[in-house]
Amino acid sequence: MSDNATFVSPFILLHPDDNVLVCRQHAFRGQTITLDGETVILADEITVGHKIARRALSAGDKIIKYGAPIGSMKQDVPRGAHVHMHNMQSDYIKSHTREVTGHGH
Amino acid sequence: MVTKTGDTTTFPSFQAWLRPDGRKGIRNVICVVYLVECAHHVARKIVNTCNDDEVHLIGFPGCYPNDYAYKMMEALCTHPNVGGAVLVSLGCESFNREALKRHIEASGRPVETYVIQNEGGTLATIEKGVAAVRRIQTIANQTPRGDMDVSELIVGTICGGSDGTSGITANPAVGRAFDTLGAAGATCIFEETGELVGCEKIMASRAVTPELGAELEASVVKAEHYYTIMGFGSFAPGNAEGGLTTQEEKSMGAYSKSGSAPICGIIKPGDVPPTGGLYLLDVVPDGEPRFGFPNISDNAEIVEMIACGAHVTLFTTGRGSVVGSAISPVIKVCANPETYRKLSGDMDIDAGSIMEGRATLDQVGEDITDLVLRVAVGERSLSEAMGHQEFILTYKAFDPIGPACLPLRRA
Repeated sequence: MSDNATFVSPFILLHPDDNVLVCRQHAFRGQTITLDGETVILADEITVGHKIARRALSAGDKIIKYGAPIGSMKQDVPRGAHVHMHNMQSDYIKSHTREVTGHGH
Repeated sequence: MVTKTGDTTTFPSFQAWLRPDGRKGIRNVICVVYLVECAHHVARKIVNTCNDDEVHLIGFPGCYPNDYAYKMMEALCTHPNVGGAVLVSLGCESFNREALKRHIEASGRPVETYVIQNEGGTLATIEKGVAAVRRIQTIANQTPRGDMDVSELIVGTICGGSDGTSGITANPAVGRAFDTLGAAGATCIFEETGELVGCEKIMASRAVTPELGAELEASVVKAEHYYTIMGFGSFAPGNAEGGLTTQEEKSMGAYSKSGSAPICGIIKPGDVPPTGGLYLLDVVPDGEPRFGFPNISDNAEIVEMIACGAHVTLFTTGRGSVVGSAISPVIKVCANPETYRKLSGDMDIDAGSIMEGRATLDQVGEDITDLVLRVAVGERSLSEAMGHQEFILTYKAFDPIGPACLPLRRA
């Protein structure tokens, strides 16, 4: 990790139309970050590759990443919230986690 | 020397094995092939006794006949990287060993068959098989060498153990390498229609004809239907732990491996692309699901890519796969910088450097292209050097590709 890493946001915006950002460097609960010029305090620990809400999102909102829809919100979340399987779902095929292994769905 | 003229990079030719059937290989592998699981142990013992990195174990476990598995085995045993084969049969299985032997002979490659029930059992077959490998290797080593151009190279790409970094670093970097290699005339193959769910419209817009575009969309619809019946998308628990939430999110990341070139055809496992350019490999079986998941693990897809003639496969990973393959080298492109630090001995390319601002996509793309060329010349990829030769071939069913799938097929 270079010395200037602390000056670089731990989150990157992949496309101007996106409403989520992707974590590029481990971020901690309570850490202060800047989203579109506004200060946000992270409510969750966010690991590399995970997403946060660029703005407040509502249930049913399409999530846009790479400028393309990647699913929909299941519930409302504030700006900066972790966006993942607990609050978002596919518009195509249900995703699965290790808990379902051996039980079909 | 690599020279750049405008958007096109010119690469020097390199030495390859010139097969009697006109194809050119970057390796000279002898395949020891079990034709049913009952012959697996004997075949493995032959390979282990030979103790030679250029002797590879492949096989098909099933006792029932399967057109797909037969076609795959023909394609694999006459792959340009293969110099000859030893077939190991139990004797009573239904795999058509005579037809496979004739096909290999017709390609000009040496081949011998050993039937355990006729040879005197396990120990006698192992002994005869080892001697056969030596004989066949001696013949294969006399294969003439000659110039091979980048335009004669077939490069595949697959992803495995994807996470939220894959679609940002390794996959688009492979896409850059594909654009460079494709512009130099190479054949590039990307795959997994089950991991293109959600990208079908964007992908179809890159087809060289509207008819091909419709076929591309149809292939993804087929995949979505198939996976829905299976009950799981092409989405593993590790994908979610790495930040991916949905199939279509994973798809968008996977899709970026294809780069930006026009898509000039769809092929199915065992089909060799007729020209250079970019092809989609449709790995999802046709018809109603019969034999289970399209590919039970990444290894099965690598084998299908190789059956399409791939000389080398670019494998992108975020979580950190370590697999290689029999027959053709696998190059590992690691998307996640944290994974790279944990598994650097398995990772050929550190694309996670893009994540940390230590390199750009273009630079990593160039690194990948350079490594493909070095591996083509003979440098071993890390998985190859460590002896990874994973191989899986199972039951599947495919219809032949339709007329709209290869608009640029040579007359």
